[in-house]
Amino acid sequence: MSDNKTLIKDFIVENFLFGNADGLEDGTSFLEEGIIDSTGVLELVGFLEEEFGISVEDEELVPENLDSLNNLEAYIKRKM
Amino acid sequence: MCGIAGIINYKSSEDKQDLLTRMIGLMHHRGPDALGLYLNGAAGLGHARLSILDLSGGDQPIHNEDKTIWVVFNGEIFNYPEIRQDLINKGHRFYTRTDTEVLVHLYEAYGTDMFAHLNGQFAFAIWDQNRGTVLLGRDRVGIRPLFYHLQNGRLTFASEVKAILADPQVPRAIDPETLAEIFSCWAPVDTRTAFRDVAQLPPGSYALYSQDGLKIESYWTMGFEDADPWRHSLTDLTDELQALLQDATRIRLRADVPVGSYLSGGLDSSYTTSVIKRKFNNDLCTFSVTFADERFDEAAYQDTAVEALQTAHRKIKCREQDIGEAFPKVIWHTEIPILRTAPVPLFLLSRLVRESDFKVVLTGEGADEMFAGYNIFKEDRVRRFWARNPSSTLRPMLLERLYPYVFAQGDGKAKAYLEGFFKKNLDQVDSPVYSHMLRWHNTAQLQGFFAEPLRRQMPSLTQLTERFQAGLPDAFMSWHPLSRAQYIESKIFLSNYLLSSQGDRMAMANSVEGRYPFLDHRVIEFASRLPVTHRLNGLKEKHILKQVARPHLPARLIDRPKQPYRAPISKCFFGDHEPAYVQELLSDTALEQTGLFNPARVTRLVTKCRQRQGQLLSERENMALVGILATQLLDQQYIRDFPAVAVPQPDNLKVFRA
Repeated sequence: MSDNKTLIKDFIVENFLFGNADGLEDGTSFLEEGIIDSTGVLELVGFLEEEFGISVEDEELVPENLDSLNNLEAYIKRKM
Repeated sequence: MCGIAGIINYKSSEDKQDLLTRMIGLMHHRGPDALGLYLNGAAGLGHARLSILDLSGGDQPIHNEDKTIWVVFNGEIFNYPEIRQDLINKGHRFYTRTDTEVLVHLYEAYGTDMFAHLNGQFAFAIWDQNRGTVLLGRDRVGIRPLFYHLQNGRLTFASEVKAILADPQVPRAIDPETLAEIFSCWAPVDTRTAFRDVAQLPPGSYALYSQDGLKIESYWTMGFEDADPWRHSLTDLTDELQALLQDATRIRLRADVPVGSYLSGGLDSSYTTSVIKRKFNNDLCTFSVTFADERFDEAAYQDTAVEALQTAHRKIKCREQDIGEAFPKVIWHTEIPILRTAPVPLFLLSRLVRESDFKVVLTGEGADEMFAGYNIFKEDRVRRFWARNPSSTLRPMLLERLYPYVFAQGDGKAKAYLEGFFKKNLDQVDSPVYSHMLRWHNTAQLQGFFAEPLRRQMPSLTQLTERFQAGLPDAFMSWHPLSRAQYIESKIFLSNYLLSSQGDRMAMANSVEGRYPFLDHRVIEFASRLPVTHRLNGLKEKHILKQVARPHLPARLIDRPKQPYRAPISKCFFGDHEPAYVQELLSDTALEQTGLFNPARVTRLVTKCRQRQGQLLSERENMALVGILATQLLDQQYIRDFPAVAVPQPDNLKVFRA
């Protein structure tokens, strides 16, 4: 697992799953599994911007970029 | 309004007086005006009275002519004058002017067929000395509560669970299945309570208990017939509904004490208030909650209503610390974990009502269920519309109209992502619970906070859903999807949360009785036969009700965006005014002691909350926090340190022995 992916996973587990990583695979959809709820996505964006020093554009706030560890890793890679 | 209790023991003789006194003593808030017991062989009945009708002559238990039939009764029979006259014509003799007394004679005349005659909100027990049986009855939608425990041929029952738990023979243990139900569907889905082996009598049912055992029968259920809009003009139906609501309000003003009205600033209570004011009582007092936090506050609409309707209005201003401070007391009264703080302001409001010397208020509850006011009905409609063309980018944009406050986060940036949130299981339109599956799935995520050993005793969401579906009426899938959603919402949320945790229990905590014109069964039956478009018109909720109300209320109140009733959450428990019990109950030690939650996970949630000074981002985290605190409080007050209040010594107890 890449360093970035580990960082993101730790954040997701800590902040949205409160330490319970059961069932969180690299391809798990956050939306399908209800891991991030309708009001939690901006917290994720805040983390990405602070942690990776990127700026997430409005049109990038889509499931294709944000909806799994794999998608997030690929997205961060493109942005950095 | 009152509290009732009883012990029926066919197997062995026991002295029931002390226990019954303690049972009704624990429900002193429900009936502070008089206490009465009836003791006879196998049967013991208890009653705590809040006097509303026949103030001097209505003490209970009440009996028939030859004292072979005795009743204890909580609630109101609104059509009692008509029933009484009919029974007098049949030769029955009355010794009080109460609605209670019609029950004994109605039972004599009709037996268990008596329920069809009743228009009211009630829970009662009738002891029939000649047959040696007790009949327990409960109103159609469960406005008034009735709980029971049955073990070894001994039945105990009461208006509140705490009275049943006062009996040392009843084990006190939290039911993990109920926790699973609440932490997914927001309330028990059926007859469970927070405690193992204590159940509620289902709404619209009666129970007959005899030497042969307990037999529960349903006498009424909500059912829909979706009429054709072309054959039923909106104008005619509007006139009919107006007449019906006027009559439902009229009979709900029957009382020998003054009756007030809640006025939230929404359509439903504004309309009921306008009916009272125009037709029945020009000198009306109204009551409301306002919030210091303007996101929840509806004071501006309340002012509009008060000005238009010219009522004498009183209000409380509810701050976050008020909610935090009152929360433990509220849980003592809900007797069940809750996931939101919304009951607390209503608890504070009923206190204001009581301090203003009122015992009875009319409120607008039920209109959202019967006339399709909630967002969940629109969400179901939008998702079905979207499901017919899942690649559409325009269809999901309708969701923004339903949840502007969700979509507005971060300047509306997260739209596409949020749409993805609502797309889950979009294609499962044939599921009977399509309307609610998203809510249930999202709420069930909270179960990750439970301790593993407890979780293993809980049914999965799939099992829960299957169980619920198995109990649906046969015709359910032939109903329109809107009717299905309304049924589910009424069955779970209305009966098992709104009317209980947010209704009866919050009002009675301060000895106040709520009455609900929209829950007159004639109104419910009328609404459930309406064409779907008259209920939810496109995405316009309560279409016909707005037609009825329009001539009588300012347009501002009718055309306003519907605001869900919500109260502040995490800031009530963290930040500048953190109540001491929060740390006490959420500490590792306390969590390990109760064994209900995973201490490490709860600690992470609490830490996150503290870091943000009580400002959590997500709805789910707010719900988790309230649910965990409520469950810990319940455990403290009902399992470890029961009873959490001193039982008052009765000074006005009357005992009837036969």
